[in-house]
Amino acid sequence: MNNIVILPILIPFIIGAILILFAKKHTVQRVISGVTAIGMLVISIYLAIYVYQNGITTLELGNWSAPFGIVLVADMFATLMLVLSSIVGVVCLFFAYQTISSEREKYYFYPFYFFLLTGVNGAFLTGDLFNLFVFFEVMLISSYVLIVMGGTKYQLRESVKYVVINVFASALFIIAIAYIYAVTGTFNMAHIAERVAELEQTGILNVIAVLLFIVFAMKGALFPLYFWLPRSYYGPPAAIAALFGGLLTKVGIYAIIRSFTLIFIHDPTFTHKGIIATIAGLTMFFGVLGAVSQFDFKRILSYHIISQVGYMVMGLGIYTRLAIAGAIFYIAHHIIVKSALFLFAGATQRITGTTDLKQMGGLLKTHPYLAWMFLIGALSLAGIPPLSGFFSKFPIILSGFEEGQYVISGVALLVGLLTLFSMIKIFNYAFWGEPKHTEEQANFPVGKLLLPIVPLVALTIILGFAAEPVFQYSLQIADQIMDPSIYIESVLKE
Amino acid sequence: MEILMSIMIGVLFTVGTYMLLTRSLLRVILGTMLMSHGANLLLFTMAGLQRGVAPLLGSGAEAYADPLPQALVLTAIVISFGVTSFLLVLAYRTYKVHNTDDLDQLRGSVDE
Repeated sequence: MNNIVILPILIPFIIGAILILFAKKHTVQRVISGVTAIGMLVISIYLAIYVYQNGITTLELGNWSAPFGIVLVADMFATLMLVLSSIVGVVCLFFAYQTISSEREKYYFYPFYFFLLTGVNGAFLTGDLFNLFVFFEVMLISSYVLIVMGGTKYQLRESVKYVVINVFASALFIIAIAYIYAVTGTFNMAHIAERVAELEQTGILNVIAVLLFIVFAMKGALFPLYFWLPRSYYGPPAAIAALFGGLLTKVGIYAIIRSFTLIFIHDPTFTHKGIIATIAGLTMFFGVLGAVSQFDFKRILSYHIISQVGYMVMGLGIYTRLAIAGAIFYIAHHIIVKSALFLFAGATQRITGTTDLKQMGGLLKTHPYLAWMFLIGALSLAGIPPLSGFFSKFPIILSGFEEGQYVISGVALLVGLLTLFSMIKIFNYAFWGEPKHTEEQANFPVGKLLLPIVPLVALTIILGFAAEPVFQYSLQIADQIMDPSIYIESVLKE
Repeated sequence: MEILMSIMIGVLFTVGTYMLLTRSLLRVILGTMLMSHGANLLLFTMAGLQRGVAPLLGSGAEAYADPLPQALVLTAIVISFGVTSFLLVLAYRTYKVHNTDDLDQLRGSVDE
């Protein structure tokens, strides 16, 4: 019992509601939202340290004890995700100060920004399947608004598809929840896990597992269900695209990892090594093929989200301690680097006025800091050794070979190569070669734009050079989530 | 009663799927509405339909109704109403801007 667990949900919710009142006053909104975002970062880091030292912390809302009331559960995995979401929240907010148009600011950009964070944090912390659905909806509705904000032709057209797909996925989610209730008679995840262990995972529970996997895969953009992502992430401005690219798909992945390490663990040859591993391989491969075929900064990055989500799910599919730890490290690495790269896309768009690679060139001469920092991010994404990308991919692929999953590990290596190819393609076209931009664009001061990105680039370097302690931390998280009895006992307190 | 409900849910899903596959934007929205109604009904039915009083202490009744699915379906209905109204506004605006509600014409080309 600790009330601090609810703060990451409550603070953005209340502040978002307050910000509605100041919708037309830019400075007030900026000050309040900046202070709040930094405050949330501090709180989530404190919570992470607290959970690291004291074990899983739960909060039973209204003092209704666990299987009957609603619980919030902060374990190490959830708090790590909280810290990451707060980091991205701060950075994208400060980038938005520089780039977002005042029209968007007037039309409730900041309130929905915080409502989105409410949903994301809630999805990480909740210990109750139905609440997971509710927080997913909070997150999705805010994302609908943020993605369509601005109302250009392109945005409207793609938002309709994004919304319809997600409404359909939500209907499937309710169906899966209904089946789970019919079979186990409870919504509390720890309680479900206990009941599923008693029932043995056969027939109907495998159906539910696959149904839930489909729902989360749709949010996380896994293989057959990723088609909506590249188009809808292309529309909104870079600050929003970075927030989405960093966070939204990862909420789906978090839910997959949570449910498939806690609840559906009794038939791993069918679910983990069969379905999840296959889907992961296909996701990686087709995602990176999409990236290779594109000639647009933002589109390449959007396709890369898909292929890298595949790595995380591959870690789960292999389902050993090492692979899960690798997947967790990879999530941390990916959230940081992907947001940074999207912000780079925003910065170059700000300078050149386009995201089409064929119309760019020679930014290295006029904006060297931007170019070299981008290169660090790009190499990190592709997995070049001293950076965090390498140390997070390595354990996943290594445990793939150890477990005899040669095909998928081979695919992962090939995908790494293709990722490097397409990132270097961006570097070649946008930064190398003869300048294609005008004198005025060449003198565009980029310092303020780079300032919010610097912490992310620094973090990927730190995660690379301090890979040992970070990986130890990931291993501890993996130990905690690979043994569901710890979670169950701390929630149900038997 | 459960069998009747199951058939009803099946009909809702069938019609919803059919509507989702049509070309008109408005029909697609009607399709999502029908699907979420079907899902809500399923959530309600899955707990088993029983007659009983509200589960309050001291009412001393023979049978009690399960309150959990009722509370949940209420939440789910509110959410689906909210999303549907947003979707309707979005569709209206899309129709205004693009001058069409035909999804074939809303596909968009590769290079833009």
